[in-house]
Amino acid sequence: MMEEIFQLLKEKFPEAIVEIPEEAKDPTVVIRKEQIREVSLFLRDEVGFNYLSFMAGVDLPERFEVVYYLYSMGREPISSNLGPLAIKVYVEDKTNPSLPTVSDIWPSAFQQEQEIYDFFGIVFEGHPDLRRIFMWEGFPGWPLRKDFENRTFTFKELEPTRPKAPYW
Amino acid sequence: MAEEIIVPPELRRNILITTVDKLYNWARRSSLWPLTFGLACCAIEMIAASASRYDIARFGAEVFRASPRQADLMIVAGTVTHKMAPQVLRLYHQMPEPKYVIAMGSCAISGGIFNSYAVLQGVDEIIPVDVYVPGCPPRPEALLDALIKLQKKIDRQSILTVPWYRREKA
Repeated sequence: MMEEIFQLLKEKFPEAIVEIPEEAKDPTVVIRKEQIREVSLFLRDEVGFNYLSFMAGVDLPERFEVVYYLYSMGREPISSNLGPLAIKVYVEDKTNPSLPTVSDIWPSAFQQEQEIYDFFGIVFEGHPDLRRIFMWEGFPGWPLRKDFENRTFTFKELEPTRPKAPYW
Repeated sequence: MAEEIIVPPELRRNILITTVDKLYNWARRSSLWPLTFGLACCAIEMIAASASRYDIARFGAEVFRASPRQADLMIVAGTVTHKMAPQVLRLYHQMPEPKYVIAMGSCAISGGIFNSYAVLQGVDEIIPVDVYVPGCPPRPEALLDALIKLQKKIDRQSILTVPWYRREKA
């Protein structure tokens, strides 16, 4: 089934597929970030991947990656349970990483993208409310990046970065 | 004292003599009302201590108040993250004096295993702590022991020297 979907993607978006890693544990396809929205809409509406299980950010020395895990809950047009299908997007620009949002395609991406923005500083263009959800606006650095120094902070040290009351 | 104190006959054998301090401290330490306030897994042990098996009501501290204005005791039960720290401080400031703090568990004492950017390394960095309860999490008995220690501490205080009745700000 997954081979057929890969074949379908290759026919429909020949220029969007960067690679299909063979050694991946789950079926994976790497998509160019410019075409992620078209491919997402195609996978949701025509293949039936109506459920985005989770999204994750990855920090590698040469690039950032964003991973999408898709499942099908047995809706039309394919009424069988499919998945997981992993979609990857390479974000090559390490200084100003950004890619298009999919939060209007799968609503579950809304908070996942906020979280990835919070921890990696990856900007999702077109996200309706992109802000930090775990740390506060003004927290120094992006905690899950590899170049973030994981040290402890004192209360006083972080005091100037905090939003003023009552907006914490 | 030359003058004799005249006690009416119906009151004889019915009078106790004590000090103001003792009466005042007895009343305070027998009704330490904690703030309903839990941050992490230590809160589960705190709840267990308040339930029937361990029964914190035996020491007069069963009335967990939902408002800091009515609470005497803040049990900091759990990890204080940097995002939560301003709110903890604010709740402490909203409690009327006299007020006491128990730091429950390794996280509240020193940050515990969370040697990270997100966690405050000990709640005593922002509020004064009276009793520290080590453990991860401490057993309900340990929390009860801390409560008894705090009661003993209150018993030793004097109304003349406590900071919240001084004319100048402490």
